[in-house]
Amino acid sequence: MIRISSEAIDPCALRDALFDDAAGAYCSFEGWIRNVNEGQSVMRLEYEVYEPLSITEGEKILAEAAAKFPHLHAHCVHRSGLLEIGDCAVWVGVSSPHRDEAFQACRYIIDAVKFRLPIWKKEFYTNGDSGWVNCERCAQHGHAPPNSG
Amino acid sequence: MTSETKAITVRYFAMFREHAGVSEETISIAAETAADVFEATRDKHGSAEPLAHCKVAINDQMADWEAVVNEGDTVLLFPPVAGG
Repeated sequence: MIRISSEAIDPCALRDALFDDAAGAYCSFEGWIRNVNEGQSVMRLEYEVYEPLSITEGEKILAEAAAKFPHLHAHCVHRSGLLEIGDCAVWVGVSSPHRDEAFQACRYIIDAVKFRLPIWKKEFYTNGDSGWVNCERCAQHGHAPPNSG
Repeated sequence: MTSETKAITVRYFAMFREHAGVSEETISIAAETAADVFEATRDKHGSAEPLAHCKVAINDQMADWEAVVNEGDTVLLFPPVAGG
């Protein structure tokens, strides 16, 4: 399940929904709003989400993860709207029989979410400026996006 | 090769919307592909983002830049994404 939320993310409730008697491992990732980016002091951040395609593309990513890692349960929630420093912007959680698959699946999902969902973030800096962020620099730094197929 | 003029609705997001000054417009364009629409609107609105960094959807389906556009289609132009 993938969901876009304009409300605060509650990781504990999301984690509980992944309990499964057959699961020996749980792994999660939380993306938080930090107060600095590329040397600029960040005050807050706004996420613009095109929800219809974020949902369909997100469901594809979770289906790909389920195909790669059998017996996986996976959820993802992404925030929209204005967020403050320290807020949780994205949460990914998985449970699976073993830890290796849990780590790998969680990494696969968050990497794909960052590169494939039509979501944009605008940073508002303490000096009054603002700017759109993009992930192309992630690719330039060698963190290649996962294959979409 | 010349293409016939088609009415295409273009939707802009994030920085593209700010460059265009509108979130959506319908244009008449001699376009064969989604890439043609991207280039025409880039020239019109002055965006500098390379096509390879952007994504496109046609009628709410993710598409390739070489996908053919038809009269009445809605083309969604996505600047570089940054979720998470």
